[in-house]
Amino acid sequence: MEQHAEILIGKPWQRRIPGWRDFLAVLLVVAVIILLGLGGRQMVAPFTITQQPTISLSPSVLPGYALRTTMRMLAALVASLIFTFTYATAAAKSRRLEMVLIPLLDVMQSVPVLGYLSFTVVFFVSLFRGSALGPELAAIFAIFTAQAWNMAFSFYQGLRTVPIDLDEASRAFHLSAWQRFWRLETPFAMPGLVWNMMMSMSGGWFFLVASEAISVGSIQFALPGVGSYVALAIEQRDLRAVGWAIVAMTVTIVLYDQLLFRPLVAWADKFRFEQTAAAVVPRSWVLDLFRESPLLGAIGRPVSAGIEALARSRFSFPRKIRWARPLQAPQRLGDVAWLSLIAVALVYVGWKLAQFARPTLTWDDLAIVGRNGALTFLRVVILIILASIVWVPIGVAVGLRPRLAEKVQPVAQFLAAFPANLLFPIAVFLIVRYQLSPKIWLSSLMILGTQWYILFNVIAGATAFPSDLRECASSFHVRGWRWWREVMLPGIFPYYVTGAITASGGSWNASIVSEAVSWGSQHISGLGLGAYIAEKTTAGDFPRIALGVAVMSVIVISMNRLIWRPLYALAERRTRLD
Amino acid sequence: MRKVSKAFPRPSGEPLTALADISLCLHDGEILGLVGRSGSGKSTLLRIAAGLIEPTSGDVLYCGKPVHGPAAGIAVVFQTFALFPWLNVIENVELGLDALGVDRGEARRRSREAIDLIGLDGFQSAYPRELSGGMRQRVGFARAMVIQPTVLLMDEPFSALDVLTAETLRTDFIDLWIEHQLPTKSVILVTHNIEEAALMCDRVLVLSSHPGRIAAEIPVPLSHPRNRLDQEFRNIVEEFYSILTARAAELKKAEGQLRVGFVRPLPALGINRLIGFIEALASPQHQGQAELAKIAHLPSLQVKDVLAVAEALHILEFAELQEGSIKLTAAGRVFAQSGTDERKRLFREHLLRFVPFAAHICRVLQEREGHSAPSVRFKSELEDHLSANDAEKTLETIIRWGRYAEVFDYDDETRNFSIIRPAEQAAP
Repeated sequence: MEQHAEILIGKPWQRRIPGWRDFLAVLLVVAVIILLGLGGRQMVAPFTITQQPTISLSPSVLPGYALRTTMRMLAALVASLIFTFTYATAAAKSRRLEMVLIPLLDVMQSVPVLGYLSFTVVFFVSLFRGSALGPELAAIFAIFTAQAWNMAFSFYQGLRTVPIDLDEASRAFHLSAWQRFWRLETPFAMPGLVWNMMMSMSGGWFFLVASEAISVGSIQFALPGVGSYVALAIEQRDLRAVGWAIVAMTVTIVLYDQLLFRPLVAWADKFRFEQTAAAVVPRSWVLDLFRESPLLGAIGRPVSAGIEALARSRFSFPRKIRWARPLQAPQRLGDVAWLSLIAVALVYVGWKLAQFARPTLTWDDLAIVGRNGALTFLRVVILIILASIVWVPIGVAVGLRPRLAEKVQPVAQFLAAFPANLLFPIAVFLIVRYQLSPKIWLSSLMILGTQWYILFNVIAGATAFPSDLRECASSFHVRGWRWWREVMLPGIFPYYVTGAITASGGSWNASIVSEAVSWGSQHISGLGLGAYIAEKTTAGDFPRIALGVAVMSVIVISMNRLIWRPLYALAERRTRLD
Repeated sequence: MRKVSKAFPRPSGEPLTALADISLCLHDGEILGLVGRSGSGKSTLLRIAAGLIEPTSGDVLYCGKPVHGPAAGIAVVFQTFALFPWLNVIENVELGLDALGVDRGEARRRSREAIDLIGLDGFQSAYPRELSGGMRQRVGFARAMVIQPTVLLMDEPFSALDVLTAETLRTDFIDLWIEHQLPTKSVILVTHNIEEAALMCDRVLVLSSHPGRIAAEIPVPLSHPRNRLDQEFRNIVEEFYSILTARAAELKKAEGQLRVGFVRPLPALGINRLIGFIEALASPQHQGQAELAKIAHLPSLQVKDVLAVAEALHILEFAELQEGSIKLTAAGRVFAQSGTDERKRLFREHLLRFVPFAAHICRVLQEREGHSAPSVRFKSELEDHLSANDAEKTLETIIRWGRYAEVFDYDDETRNFSIIRPAEQAAP
């Protein structure tokens, strides 16, 4: 549920109001998740994991834990990349698959990440009975769900928007499909893909921490990692250990950024499509080191030569079958067959779903979920407004001072990437200590991690604001509220919307872990849809988890379509400065 | 190499004819020019020849065999250069060889030769974004030459370059051509620059628009290198202009009778271009009349626009095109001497009278309750007769002209047309 603006506005599949496709896609996604969980549960009924590794609270184990957490992250990244290259390519190349895959992707990215978790845990655990591999894969899958959808979307858009002249050039010069994919389409989509990878990474950390120690009904496990460490610290009310975990995570994120993403971004810069030189070229000391060190170069050369040879080879069938003229009738026939196949699949899952829900769910459940959903919706809206009131002026003030912005921007980006759930214990401790109302104060946790998106996007917007416009405004003595309303706010609007979209998506996701929290044996709940899902997850009440997740997805999709997409379109049309 | 080709790309619904019954033959050792206004389908024709687009009917023959998909031995040079920004110069040049499965060492050697030939020494490892426009197009040429094509197709290769660079590149290419240093036997050059066609081509085909047909075939019997100041050269350029303008005038007359003019496509032109042109014509230097070939050299006007502006003025009857020259009408002279308000009034009259679609919009707005209408409505009406691209351009031009004339207002945010003063505006 990490929405990014460029995905929301997706050109090839652009619709304002939720339509029947969305509805069907929601049905399909929810059904598949549930069936997975159900199947798993049937395979092994009551079930515990033998050989649970013990988690220690000693700070000396933290580097090891951090390493294991990072390895999970990397594994998920690789899985997401594989998914991206297959799923997005299939959607971009086949019109029929596109009809199904893209709406599906749109829904999948609106399902709360932890919503998948409760079902996939059961599935993976039952797949590898008793072994720690099950929970391990479930945790990796949780991170996968936090990144894969965005990456696939951005790659798909890249593939669909390859400039026509380059496409013609590649065909005129007889590149094979394989060569085109690696030499034109992938490079073109690369900057967007890398950027999305980096942005969804922050979501990844968040869910990794949340998914390392989880209990779904009777299944309980804790994987060695920073997340489990924090969970144990909460259980034992050890604030010092929480502090250590925060330090460990900070170091990990900074290293990850410096060693993996800075080099990637700097490297991907050469795939930028603009033919002009960039004003600021992203640099990375690691990449420079690799490029300049003779030893590393010697190691790298055969590897890169191998990759290059692979990308250069043709890999095409010697003869292509070609139709003399486009065949009209068979194509239509194929469409009909394909659509009926989809319809049959939908009817089947719909029936299965009804069968699954009827015995347990009542209209009362729906009413309860609806009420909780409204509460969470209210929270998200109020929090976004509050965060905007606070961070927009600050962001503008920072962004207009280039020196300061240079220093603040990386900090804001770091804060956005930091898994805010590590900070929850501190907040909860304070709430418990000072007897604050959980309904109000727990809400603030939802936006703890996501407000930074607003800040750093606004800073970026204010930095990019053309200085001639600013000078013009000051020479005409535009000041005070008029200056905000007529000069600055329209100027940063597109950036602000981008930030707010991400912040809102993140807050929905965070609600599941932040509306109900505990400190030792003390549990406090702020009510709301997130708390509802969390509570049902602990109880292992699958029909109600599914209901909660489905309702949340529907609210998020509607919010995207009815609020964010029109706002973004407005920003694109009216106030883009270029 | 012989070829007969037709094409009917279609928008929504009924097919729209972009090229109708075109037959042409490219001879050995010639540079064939394709000239026409934008929208005449000359680029489409080139892409059909390249095998990038399949013709709806008809065949393209190359070396006696029908062409399906890009044929070996045909290379294309693109208007936008179409270089891969993530590949450096030599990698871009090698691209075509990789596709042919040429061995690495051999590919490197041939690329270096092509780069030397085209004058790119020392730039092998530069990336396209580090190069100037002229250098980029040289890479485009090198990439095409390295696969040793028998036929070279050039799609307005010089039009994205500034005047001086384009001239240098043209001369360099012609030098290589006459010295027979190129493996290429024949060239097709698409251009809208008339002097360029006269300067480079041995034979020029003039395409008419809507649908694209071959309107004229003009041989250029001058030997290379040609001199722009040469009297013979000037005569040929003037002949081109008179053929093109005669066609425009004829077309207008025919449309007037057939009422097809209702949805006549308009060039994308702002009001200032028109006013500038009228003022230039009315200046003492020209006395309200000028030859197009000469006025094309006015520094304030870009060469490629002259015909479009002249035609727009012709449509609006502020000027009259005849045999390569343009003459202001009485209304045009009055316009040139009037103040802003009077000009607007005059323009309004002419717009409503001679651009029937503008009058149509006005009428619809008056009839509708609330006096406003969404632009989609008009756009789809235009699309019944024009390609989507032309319809959009035409509507945009009508909006620009209509705003100036204060006939109606257009809100880009709501995409709505509305009428400014419903009571006073009455379509004549």
